Amino acid sequence: MSPYEDLIIDHWRNPRNKGTLPDPDADVTEANVPCGDVVRLQLKVRDGVVEDVRFDGRGCAISMASASLLTEMIKGRGLEELESMKPEEVVEALGGVIKPRLNCALLPYRALRKALDALRGEGSGANPPRRS
Amino acid sequence: MRDIRSDFPVLSRKVNGKDLIYLDSGATSQKPLQVIEAVAHFYREANANVHRGLYSLSVEATELYEDARRAVAGLIGADPQEVIFTRGTTESLNLLAYSLGEARVGRGDEILATVMEHHANLVPWQELARRKGARLIAAGITPEGELDLDDLKRKLSPRTKIVAVTHVSNVLGTVNPIPEIAELAHRVGAVLVVDAAQSVPHMPVRVGELGCDFLAFSGHKMLGPTGIGVLWGRRELLEEMPPFLTGGEMIREVWIDRATWNDLPYKFEAGTPPIAQAVGLKAAVDYLRELGLEEICRHEGGLVARALEGLLSRDYVEIYGPRDPSKRSGLIAFNLKGIHPHDVATLLDEEGIAIRAGHHCAQPLHRELGISASCRVSFYLYNTEDEVDAFLMALDRVWGVLGR
Repeated sequence: MSPYEDLIIDHWRNPRNKGTLPDPDADVTEANVPCGDVVRLQLKVRDGVVEDVRFDGRGCAISMASASLLTEMIKGRGLEELESMKPEEVVEALGGVIKPRLNCALLPYRALRKALDALRGEGSGANPPRRS
Repeated sequence: MRDIRSDFPVLSRKVNGKDLIYLDSGATSQKPLQVIEAVAHFYREANANVHRGLYSLSVEATELYEDARRAVAGLIGADPQEVIFTRGTTESLNLLAYSLGEARVGRGDEILATVMEHHANLVPWQELARRKGARLIAAGITPEGELDLDDLKRKLSPRTKIVAVTHVSNVLGTVNPIPEIAELAHRVGAVLVVDAAQSVPHMPVRVGELGCDFLAFSGHKMLGPTGIGVLWGRRELLEEMPPFLTGGEMIREVWIDRATWNDLPYKFEAGTPPIAQAVGLKAAVDYLRELGLEEICRHEGGLVARALEGLLSRDYVEIYGPRDPSKRSGLIAFNLKGIHPHDVATLLDEEGIAIRAGHHCAQPLHRELGISASCRVSFYLYNTEDEVDAFLMALDRVWGVLGR
């Protein structure tokens, strides 16, 4: 296993869903302080489903590729389903990650957990859940 | 320099199927057979506790331990009684922050450090300042990555009790003018503490020439074992300081409610010391002195000049610290534009090349440089020009993969 599979290089060079949403339902930021990696994740939710998603941030190729890939993995999926999503799913989708870099790979996943907490009204960093 | 690579067994191993190219000696050096054998021999033949046994084996172990102290003292031109064995530079500096801090620092006093300090020469002083109601301030650096001496002068005052400066920056590679700083510090009545973790292994260092009051360094960065370090201090200051750790070995007489202290250096060596490590450190000192620190310094100077030239000729590389190789020691911190240092380190590791990536325990300096992390290569006596070239070519491949 190369730590930089073509998939990672591709997402690093051509990030998907990068940018910001005008009116997100969840807007969270998660960081790996020692390495300076930061991921901001925004979700737009309708009827319990992730309708749109954007990420932004800076960091290593693995964390940025993982964020890009994660946005593709969660778009169109239900919040309930995402609640039970395991970190292994992300690692597998990336084609495996060497141990010293697991923390980088899972930074966006931690941002997702934070966003889900925020949408349930727990934790901070999100706009309050809106009634529709 | 004679062919010494065969003295270092680890250098002949493969990593990820490639020959290991070890460029992280600034973090810890590799060990020659002479050191490995000295430690093994001690455990096989001479192991006993020191300074207490009346039997021959303990006498022998004590002699070996004290031989090591004399060897270290000889290396830095010091009196063996002023050489204290600790666990490493970090412990040496913590010892000072407690004991010297206790003796010398009070409310409203100032401790002057620099922004290029390793956390080990910063955080202990922060804690001392907090305990005593004193203030820790730091001298800045010039745009060239050298210590800003004018700023240091401005920040010195009669309130300054301790000046804490690194001899060689573990990120910038800058060699600081310690004799000049010593004169400035002493003019205001301050004591000068020098972090020599990155200098003693790489260049001739004599405490008399530096003019400092304390010198701290580690065994493992100079071919010796981990778990042993050195604190050298002026006798009159060491006498004045209270002990740091207390317990066995450092006492003379003990009653239930009080105790008196042993003579120097034992007053600062509580508990069973790192005996086998001291024996290994002596073998390391002997090895370094046989080759000659001047010769080692020249060898590293050649490598750093070659690496610096190679890095500066690549427009995708940004380097930190002086561009003039004569102003730096054998290490270079750099970044590839837009690429996180961890990616560089992981990709180089694929090719068997070991470099450091991160903040190198110098977060304030990285903040000053406006970056969160950097890559660092650091050379030692066993590195070769071929390794420098292999590293530079591998860097081009990293840029090919991740550059954009």
